[in-house]
Amino acid sequence: MSASDRRTGRRIRLAAHFPGVNNTTVWADPRSHSQIGFGSFAHLARTAERGGFDYLFLAEGLRLREHRGRIHDLDVMGRPDTLTVLAALSAVTEHLGLAGTLSATYNEPYEISRQIATLDHLSGGRAAWNVVTSSDAFTGENFRRGGYLDHADRYERAESFLRAARAFWDSWDTDALSPHTGTRGTARPGAVHPVSHRDRFFDIAGNATVPRPPQGHPVIIQAGDSPRGRDLAAAQADVVFSRHGGLEEGREFYADVKARLPAHGRDEDDLLIMPAATLVLGDTEEEAAERARHIRYQQVSGATAIQFVEQVWGRDLSDHDPEGPFPTVEPDLDTVVTQGKAAARFHDRAAKAREWRDLAEAEGLSLRELVVRVSARQTFVGTPRTVADTLVEHVETRACDGFVLVPHLTPGGLDEFVDRVVPLLRERGALRTEYEGATLRENLGLRPRPAPDRGATREPSGAGEPTPVPGP
Amino acid sequence: MAHPLHIGAAIDGAGSHPAAHRSTPAAPYELFTAAHYAHSARLAERATLDYVTLDDSFAAPGRPGVPGRPDALLTLAALAPVTSGIGLVPTVTTTHTEPFHVSKGIASLDHASRGRAGWLVEVSDTEDDARLVGRRPVAPAEELWNEAGAVVDAASALWDSWEDGAEIRDVATGRFIDRDRLHYVDHEYVRREDARPEDGPHAEDTGWTVRGPSITPRPPQGHPVVFVRADTDDRLRTAARYADAVLIRARTPERAAQRRAEVHRAVRGAGRDPGQVRVLADLGIVLDRDRRIAEERSARLDALVPGDGAPETGARGTGISGAKPSAPSRPAATFAGTPRDLAREIEAWSEAVDGLTLRPAVLPVDLERFAADTVPLLKEAGILRTARTADTLRGNLGLRRPANRHAPTARTAPTAPASEGAPR
Ligand SMILES: Cc1cc2nc3c(=O)[nH]c(=O)nc-3n(C[C@H](O)[C@H](O)[C@H](O)COP(=O)(O)O)c2cc1C
Repeated sequence: MSASDRRTGRRIRLAAHFPGVNNTTVWADPRSHSQIGFGSFAHLARTAERGGFDYLFLAEGLRLREHRGRIHDLDVMGRPDTLTVLAALSAVTEHLGLAGTLSATYNEPYEISRQIATLDHLSGGRAAWNVVTSSDAFTGENFRRGGYLDHADRYERAESFLRAARAFWDSWDTDALSPHTGTRGTARPGAVHPVSHRDRFFDIAGNATVPRPPQGHPVIIQAGDSPRGRDLAAAQADVVFSRHGGLEEGREFYADVKARLPAHGRDEDDLLIMPAATLVLGDTEEEAAERARHIRYQQVSGATAIQFVEQVWGRDLSDHDPEGPFPTVEPDLDTVVTQGKAAARFHDRAAKAREWRDLAEAEGLSLRELVVRVSARQTFVGTPRTVADTLVEHVETRACDGFVLVPHLTPGGLDEFVDRVVPLLRERGALRTEYEGATLRENLGLRPRPAPDRGATREPSGAGEPTPVPGP
Repeated sequence: MAHPLHIGAAIDGAGSHPAAHRSTPAAPYELFTAAHYAHSARLAERATLDYVTLDDSFAAPGRPGVPGRPDALLTLAALAPVTSGIGLVPTVTTTHTEPFHVSKGIASLDHASRGRAGWLVEVSDTEDDARLVGRRPVAPAEELWNEAGAVVDAASALWDSWEDGAEIRDVATGRFIDRDRLHYVDHEYVRREDARPEDGPHAEDTGWTVRGPSITPRPPQGHPVVFVRADTDDRLRTAARYADAVLIRARTPERAAQRRAEVHRAVRGAGRDPGQVRVLADLGIVLDRDRRIAEERSARLDALVPGDGAPETGARGTGISGAKPSAPSRPAATFAGTPRDLAREIEAWSEAVDGLTLRPAVLPVDLERFAADTVPLLKEAGILRTARTADTLRGNLGLRRPANRHAPTARTAPTAPASEGAPR
């Protein structure tokens, strides 16, 4: 290990993303197993814990995607309930954080705050919540609220939602159930404070029924990308899950989001930025590149390529040969053919259509080749050593604080990374060899969430970490 | 040889007696740890019981002790990987939670436990519950139980919205699923037509809709086992239409037998086969080496409870925080005595009901004594099976796996298909 490797001593944070319901996940590979069976989740969680990862991450979408009016059938589809899986995972892991994506639009603050507090207790302080907002009427058809919120409103609702949840988490004094309070089998009198939260979104009042979580507040993750989303992150989140994994765009995003922190009385270390990343390893650079190419063509089948272009073209292109030339018909920009999450990906379809056409023409790409090219996500391809170097470089140069690694195989997609790259990261001191903290918040190096100061009746508990509820 | 019974155990907090918190060795904070519940669930599992139940509500349970409890579905989910045979039956309420979430939560417990999930359907009928959500005022029981039925109906339609085998992974055509085997459910429940501004920010909340399909494939049991406590006429109507297991309370086996006959009548009235419904009575237990000591302990516990001292048995009693009492009036049987006498008592119930939900007065003490000293006698007498007959809760309760309403032929598979493709 060279001295320069320890230049700033910045540690890399890692999360394991359970393979998602999109074409990043290659289901046709013989090594690909169930997306639903608990064994898959347990496998990935154990791999991540072995590799010293901070947390496992579950995405969530509350409506099956549709394409041209029919349920999308080319990608993996279906997943179990986020919270149920995380609760079960708490029983097969000891240190790993358990992060779940839960919508602030199609849930209620009391119920979510109680479920996440329960998860934090069951796991001994390892819960994290990726707060997402969803406004599309398509998803809303599964819920009573329909699609009644517009873009700005859904962030306002999310912010209010989060404030209400925090009020419930703070409403039991940390010593409410302490064995030293002298009460027999119940809470110390006066230790449970009623919550009241009323605004244009909510009208909530009452007592929480779960004690203050071991982390005080579970870790809050935010994945919005718009200025409004970035502001919510700067004000409220502990982690940003971002799409900006490249070196240059990463630094730009990092600087932008971190510059928003002082306005909220927070500093650089209070908010971690973790972009999504995929990776492919090989014994040599050439082998890694060849494997990456093979995976890309597994991810983008001919049928997938056509549907991908249809999202922008807004029309049926199924009569095109995916291995043939790029379509010459004009896009129908008034028609939206994809419903569900991916629909939001293309903001300016006219510009996209022009860009793809020019690229296909300039380089003589077939339809499928074009899609392989333009749908590439952030990918690190190389030998274990060059990949380790690249990951460290991103963190050292403040393009991010770590990564949410998205494997393409379920459930073994991170096995090789943990076997071959993790030891190198550990060797250079960039990754823990043992979990240092008792909670996810501590392991991420985040400041504790002190209990609210309710005035002079309680003895000062000192600065910093609230006394966690003692374990058995 | 006596008729074997289906036996389950309630593993709530400090125990089922309202003064359990004064007597349990568990510290209050332990009631929020997985270890506390895992201990009881493993005892029940080793005793070859069929299921454990865990109650839940949004507002605090209306009884003394810790003014709270953990989310039941998540707590039992945390037990799924550390148990292998016992059924896991959380209470999940239907009044304030979206049917879509309820359905996938229960389905996912079934996936995580490989076919051992049940669902004890409950409603939220107190002002305290309603104010915590703030979406609608508290409603009359009749309306709440009608809606609960509609939620079970929507949830099971969502369970069926993926046919078994809809995931085809057909490499040749590039299709992961066969979308012809996925179905919209299009459920709509209209609670009331009018929207009143005085109902606050959610005046528009007049019911719900669910389009489907579920995001979660059909659970291993097809439909996880639906439990409904049928202590009132409103509850009985919903139970008759939707329940696989009906929980009842009765002071004596004779009264339980009458109640079972009433349940069967109602089930037939709803056009269903009583042979596919299990009627299970509550039985509180206080156990000690000697009958006198057990009775004294029981009396001491009763004396600790302000008011009439009647043991509370599951539903919620008089609210300590002003919650309106919602406990149905039917009292349940409680047994105080020796583990040996309990075996005889249980035998006395074996003709009256299909099974019993034991409610240990104090946990884990009374469950430990039952497991150690009553279970061997029950097995000897043939009242309790010595081994499980199936790997699903449905199978152990002797209930058929329901055919999917969308399946071309109404086939009934005897066992669940494997949902597990991954190495453990
Ligand atoms: C990396 C990333 C991951 C996301 N994951 C989810 C998800 O799992 N479920 C979901 O409903 N939304 C997800 N979102 C969507 C965001 O919550 C948000 O709705 C979306 O980015 C649009 O908001 P914006 O306009 O502020 O960017 C994700 C967004 C990003 C950037």
